[in-house]
Parts: sequence; structure tokens; C-alpha cells
Amino acid sequence: MIIKCPHCGPRDLAEFSYHGDATLTRPDPASTDRDAWNAYVYDRTNPAGDHREYWQHSGGCRRHVVVSRNTLTHAITDVRFAGERK
Amino acid sequence: MAEYSAFQVFKNGLTGNTGWKQAWRKPEPKQQYDVVIIGGGGHGLATAYYLAVNHGITNVAICEKGWLGSGNIGRNTTIVRSNYLLNGNTPFYEHSMKLWENLSHELNYNVMFSQRGIINLCHTPAQLDDTARRGNSMRLMGVDARMLTPRDLARRVPGLDLSASARFPVLGGLVQPRAGTARHDAVAWGYARAADRRGVDILENCEVTGFLRDGDKVTGVATSRGEIRARKIAVCVAGSTSHMMKLAGIEKLPIESHVLQAFVSEALKPFLDTVVTFGGGHLYISQSDKGGLVFGGDIDGYNSYAQHGNLPVVEEVMSETVALFPAAAKVRLLRSWGGIMDMSMDGTPIITTGPLTGMYLNCGWCYGGFKATPASGWCFAHTIARDEPHELSAAFTLDRFHRGYVIDEKGQGATPWKH
Ligand SMILES: Cc1cc2nc3c(=O)[nH]c(=O)nc-3n(C[C@H](O)[C@H](O)[C@H](O)COP(=O)(O)OP(=O)(O)OC[C@H]3O[C@@H](n4cnc5c(N)ncnc54)[C@H](O)[C@@H]3O)c2cc1C
Ligand SMILES: [Zn+2]
Repeated sequence: MIIKCPHCGPRDLAEFSYHGDATLTRPDPASTDRDAWNAYVYDRTNPAGDHREYWQHSGGCRRHVVVSRNTLTHAITDVRFAGERK
Repeated sequence: MAEYSAFQVFKNGLTGNTGWKQAWRKPEPKQQYDVVIIGGGGHGLATAYYLAVNHGITNVAICEKGWLGSGNIGRNTTIVRSNYLLNGNTPFYEHSMKLWENLSHELNYNVMFSQRGIINLCHTPAQLDDTARRGNSMRLMGVDARMLTPRDLARRVPGLDLSASARFPVLGGLVQPRAGTARHDAVAWGYARAADRRGVDILENCEVTGFLRDGDKVTGVATSRGEIRARKIAVCVAGSTSHMMKLAGIEKLPIESHVLQAFVSEALKPFLDTVVTFGGGHLYISQSDKGGLVFGGDIDGYNSYAQHGNLPVVEEVMSETVALFPAAAKVRLLRSWGGIMDMSMDGTPIITTGPLTGMYLNCGWCYGGFKATPASGWCFAHTIARDEPHELSAAFTLDRFHRGYVIDEKGQGATPWKH
């Protein structure tokens, strides 16, 4: 698998570390809503198909990126810096 | 159908092996069963067997989308052990171990269970302490465990690099002597034959494509071979769990699907007569009766439903193997493959009633579901028959995550790709 880092260009999978599902929204740190925290920490859609996920280019520029990847084929359709709107 | 026996092997050997019968029927689906089990892997088959034997429920069908044994039951590295730390896990896996010890007789099918022991190597003083603690916990719960010194290891595992110049020098290890390996396909075939003989219909090439509902209640399944109604529906589809539950309207579960690769080398003369795990990285290795080294390491580490993995893990597993057994550097790899694992958020399985009325769920097996096959079937059958958890799997409920009762052996937190 090759991930095209928006800063460094196409790089091997081995340079990246995985940080999981990027569709989850972290509750406000001050929130005491237990259900919201539980849902954020534990519940996953885990799709067989398109998945938006965080990776860090830890063996390169160290930026966090959001990758859109198909979990059945590993085909990557989009990579952008985390924080940039889709 | 005749019992399998040494006499049968002898007699058929003399008569050109023409006397063997098909091991299980290929029935047409009926319209109605008491229980439909989705997934003909080890757990689905074992569940059907114990429903029949322990609970007298035989009007049962198993819907398997492919051929029997096409999932993880036919893809694993066959390690059977009960060397856990935590209370929720140990009694369950030890019950499984006891069932393994009599399984070939119970099923009248040789599952080639070989209690060759498993050795966990330690490479730092902290790891040695931590492992001794796990060994103590095992012994307190009645499981066999013993610490090994490097001298014990040199005697027990020739070929292991025990030199001080090793990349991660070995300081000792923990052995569970009753652990070992079994023939994975034979486990599927043995449970299938034994369940079939008690009346269970095994429906291969029968993919479940949806659920029949009556309000909140699940009343049957739509399949590629027609609609089937049942009072109880048991879901046992391992890596496909999230996908299957979406068909029932459950959008989220505490599970991620990840690919795990396994490797087999060319056949060698006897080289390794136990199972060894490397503590400097993640590697488990044994030698099959055919002579191939059977080994694997970490999951690839990103969500995946592709039954093949990528090269970084291949490279890592090979280098770990050579670090441990330098002589293996000359061995050629024969085959590798991948299987999709149902990684739960705490690394511990889920066996539960619900989440919908009429439904029962068995999933979250991570790396360790092969050894659990007998106990999983035992406890899941109880859950289905009695509508309440078995005492050995009572801690494996689905609501434990939201209630704060996770069972996290590794203390890793909700990062399933690191379990
Ligand atoms: C490479 C690898 C190595 C492993 N090594 C070990 C090990 O050494 N020790 C250990 O204890 N465990 C190991 N495991 C884990 C173990 O194999 C699994 O946890 C266990 O097999 C899962 O349970 P199962 O046998 O029921 O799953 P499976 O055999 O995967 O059964 C699930 C079945 O559901 C079927 N299915 C899916 N969707 C549908 C549908 N829509 N309709 C009908 N049927 C459907 C699938 O076709 C499949 O046959 C390993 C796994 C892998 C992949
Ligand atoms: Zn970069």
C-alpha cells in the first residue's frame, strides 16, 4: 500500500502509523455525558467499503492525515491534512 | 454411519478405500427451524453440536455462505492455550482446554490435538516479572504453568538463539505444558460430522442477505437459498460481524475488522517440537506434522476486509523468525494468506443474548478464537437454549463496554489494532 502524503508525496505504508476511524467526533472535554463518551471510545461502524481514517506520517514529516480508503480493496481515493475540511 | 476406528482404516485399506461415506449430508433448507446459526466456522459448528448434545435441540440449521471451513477456522495457526491473566478469561479458556483434551473421542474424529506446550520468551527483567505474575495467576486458577531458565530453554528448544549477542537476549520464559496445536480443518469437519449425525442441517453456499422481522423481533433470515424462519437466530460470523449486524439495523458495535496473515515454510525434518512465542516483538511459531514451520505475528494494523495483507508485516515476521532461529534464514517460504479478524475494543470476546429479541451474538475473537472453539460452542449453546449467559461466559456481555467492565489483558485501551 502506498499513501500519498500531501506534504511528502507517495510513500510506503511502513512510514505511517495508524490512528483509526476519523469519522468520530470527540465530545467536548468538559462534557460529562457518559453515553457520548462511550460512543466515541467504543462504538464503530467498521464498514466493508469506504473508510475515513487517521494516519500519521511518523517516519516522514510527522503530519497527521485523513485517508479515504476502501477496506475491501485498499484503494485510496483521498488524502488530506487532518483538520482540513472534506 | 459407521464409527471411525483403527479397524475401519485397516479394513478400508484392504478394500481400496471404497467403504467411506460422505461425512455430512447436503440437505435442502427447510422453511422453519428452532434455531438458525449464521456462519459455519468453528464456533457455529460447535454451537450446533452442543445445542444437540447438551440441550437436546436438534431442529437446527447452519447457514454458511461459502464452503465449510472457508473462514478463519481454516486459516489460523492452530495454537491452543489457556495462559491468561484475568479472571473473566482464564476459567473460560481452561474449560476449553479440558474439552480439547477429550475432543477426538467426543467427536469420533481425530482432531490431532497435540499437547506439545507453549513457551513465552522473556527478554527484559520487567517482562520476566510480568510473565511470572501471569504464571502465578494461572496456577492460582488451577492452570499449569512453570518458569524456565535459559538453561532449561537450551535443552528444551535447540536452535533457539540464546546468545548474549542476540538482538533481544532471552532471559527466560513461561511454559504451559498442556497447551499445543490441533488440526484446524479437522475441528471443523469433526464438529460438522458429529452435528450432522444428530440431525443438524448444514447448508453450504447459503449466504444470509437479510433478516426477517416482526417489529423488534427477529423471526428468520433471507438467504441465497430462500427464506428460512426460526424461533432463534444465532450470529457467528467472526470478521463479518459488523457487516451482518448492519443487515439487522445495528449500525455500530465495539468491533473493528482487521487482517491477520499467516505463513508456512517448506517442509523440514523435525526441528521444533513445541510452540514458541517471541517477546521482543510479536511472533508465534510451531512445526506442523507435515514438517512446515507455521508462524505469524501482528495484524496488519488498519481496518481491512481484504483476505490478504501487505509487505511490512511479512518483513517483520520473517526478521523476527530469523532473530529467534538463525538457522531458519535458509528456509524458503511456501505459502502465506490472510483472514479477517473480529477485533473487539478490549481484546476479549462477546457472547450474548440480543441485541435484538430472538437474536444471539458471538463475536470479538481477535487472535484467539481457535482455541476457544469448544468452550465458545458450549457457552453459546447454553445462552441460546436458556436465554441467559453461561457462568463461564457471563463476563463476555456486549454491554460491558458502556458499563465499564472491560476485560483488557494487555491494558491497551480501546485501540483494537494494537491488541
Ligand atoms: C491468520 C490467522 C491465525 C490465527 N491463529 C490463531 C491461533 O493460533 N490460535 C487461536 O486460538 N486462534 C487463531 N486465530 C483466530 C481464529 O481462527 C478465529 O478467532 C476463529 O476461527 C473465529 O471463529 P470461527 O471459526 O467461527 O470463524 P470463521 O471460520 O471465520 O467462521 C465465520 C463464518 O461465517 C461465514 N459468513 C460470513 N458472512 C456470512 C453470511 N452473510 N452468511 C452466511 N455465512 C457467513 C463465513 O463464510 C465463515 O465461514 C487466527 C486467525 C487468523 C486469521
Ligand atoms: Zn509526510
